[in-house]
Amino acid sequence: MSVLSTENGVMRFGGVLAVDNLNIHVEENEIVAIIGPNGAGKTTAFNMITGVYRPTEGRVFLDCGNGEKQDITGRRPDLIAAMGVARTFQNIRLFKEQSVLDNVLLANHVRLKNGFFSAMAHWPYYYKSEREMRRRSFELLERVGLVESANEMATSLPYGLQRRLEIARALATQPRLLLLDEPAAGMNPKETEDLTQFVAELRKDLGLTILLIEHHMQIVMDISDRIYVLDYGKTIAEGTPKKVQDDPAVIAAYLGVDEE
Amino acid sequence: MEKRQIKGFVANLNPKKRRNLLLSSISITALLLFLYFSNEGILMGSYGVRVLNLCAVYAVLTLSMNLINGFTGQFSLGTAGFMAVGAYTTALLILPVEIKEKIFYLEPMVPWLKDVHWAGNLGFLGALLTAGVLTAFIAFLIGFPVLRLKGDYLAIATLGFSEIIRVIFTNMQNLTNGSTGIKSIPPIANMWWTFGVMAFFTIFMVRLMKTSYGRAFKSIRDDEVAAESMGISLFRHKMLSFVLSGFIAGVGGGLMASVVGAITPIFFRFILTYDILLIVVLGGMGSITGSIVGAFLITIAKEWLRWLDGGFSLGFVRIPAIAGMRMVVFSVLLMLVILFYRRGLFGGREFSFDWLINSLSALPKRVFSLFKKGGAAK
Repeated sequence: MSVLSTENGVMRFGGVLAVDNLNIHVEENEIVAIIGPNGAGKTTAFNMITGVYRPTEGRVFLDCGNGEKQDITGRRPDLIAAMGVARTFQNIRLFKEQSVLDNVLLANHVRLKNGFFSAMAHWPYYYKSEREMRRRSFELLERVGLVESANEMATSLPYGLQRRLEIARALATQPRLLLLDEPAAGMNPKETEDLTQFVAELRKDLGLTILLIEHHMQIVMDISDRIYVLDYGKTIAEGTPKKVQDDPAVIAAYLGVDEE
Repeated sequence: MEKRQIKGFVANLNPKKRRNLLLSSISITALLLFLYFSNEGILMGSYGVRVLNLCAVYAVLTLSMNLINGFTGQFSLGTAGFMAVGAYTTALLILPVEIKEKIFYLEPMVPWLKDVHWAGNLGFLGALLTAGVLTAFIAFLIGFPVLRLKGDYLAIATLGFSEIIRVIFTNMQNLTNGSTGIKSIPPIANMWWTFGVMAFFTIFMVRLMKTSYGRAFKSIRDDEVAAESMGISLFRHKMLSFVLSGFIAGVGGGLMASVVGAITPIFFRFILTYDILLIVVLGGMGSITGSIVGAFLITIAKEWLRWLDGGFSLGFVRIPAIAGMRMVVFSVLLMLVILFYRRGLFGGREFSFDWLINSLSALPKRVFSLFKKGGAAK
């Protein structure tokens, strides 16, 4: 059963049709990529799934782990996050005035079980949960190689590490489905290669299902099981990397066609 | 046994921490002694005590506003209204029955409140708590429509509600005595009360910001979209912050009523909100110690600069006595501070002994380089 699926998702901004008839499905433990030229509606699709936008038409379904398919169309982003969907952003959105550690700690809040008053009274249970949060956060920072910079300001990190921190923050919400919006944007070839390996490890170690948007074809071809190609909001191709690569429609969208 | 445990605890700290612990204990003891001698009237007259009391009350109000504006990033301007609720609640509860009869001469007071008198320190504590809870409840009600707005719109809406509260109070003759206001409020709030409440809320804020909820507030300030995508319910946390801010403002207003002794609806105009906003900005948005230092600096400066109102001589030109002259000079001073410390004196950071000692030990060097390079050091 698919972890995520959409049914005829449509997103319109006034007269602009940003996404038309989005029908995607992501299976358990799969890595699926969405590619397409600039302005194809990839990020809009992400925003429809995570609740940032309410789809104009169509529906989004999420399997919440017990095999039950739930309609999450237009639900609030924080509720969707609580159901186990985490994301990163194309233009990095870290909490700028906070330390690296606090950025990750914050994302644990959604799994916090003690209430406000027990937190303020510093009851033993609060200490326990705070310690647990710290332990998990350091674990994640270690995974992305940021333990040494835990107390630095988030914005003082180099660009590539900021992207990694965003992934660590997303992981701290304990998701089942991870949405990565251009994780390799602005990275050099070496960093890109590291990232490819890192994403593959995430799937293996944490059993995550991953949906990603990416422009670096090398990453996409290396790690994704299936690919959806979007152009002007429409899904023009879908399938394995090999199949998509040879699809004439995809080549036309990326390179254009000769007019005769 | 216990003594040895404490000794062991101190010995286990690293030298820096031990030094800071020592410095903290010395400062707290000094502050307590200072409070004792001032309160007994040995150190200063009643005027000085009154100014210091006002400082502490303003510090509490600044903390309230900093919580919602500086830490949660919601531009709320409802503080004066919340203060009014707290001040009137406290005043009406601690006012002796015979004074109530005397004050309410235009229209008799509502019967259910006429014979209520919560006397003494315990009564005052109860009145302050009631004021806080009632204000928090009103903040809760206002929060539902208002917290869906953002930025300037939120500011306008909260300002509007604050004015509505004031107008309602002006017109409830049999409850608030209308525009005549309430006077002869018992001066129970001595320095122990004002500084005690200030200390309580300072600790409250420090603790709050260390919890997961404090981090959630700050993340909403830094990036709402990211916070929401990380599972932070924006409305719930904004509401929590707004209600807590209302509670603190209510208690602050109650203290204010007892310190000032007489309140009228005019006292709670939006100008009062701006006075506090100014301290928040000057002290540093999102700095707890900045709020307190700012409150003391500005309140004392405002009193101290009073000599400007009486006219003064600049040597070559004589400035005549103009009421409000000090506010002009005050504004210039403020502009200078904002120019050179754009993010307020503390700029989101907190005071610490490490910072103080580092900057003090760096001072001779900086002064020296100032002379060496002819003032070009920076």
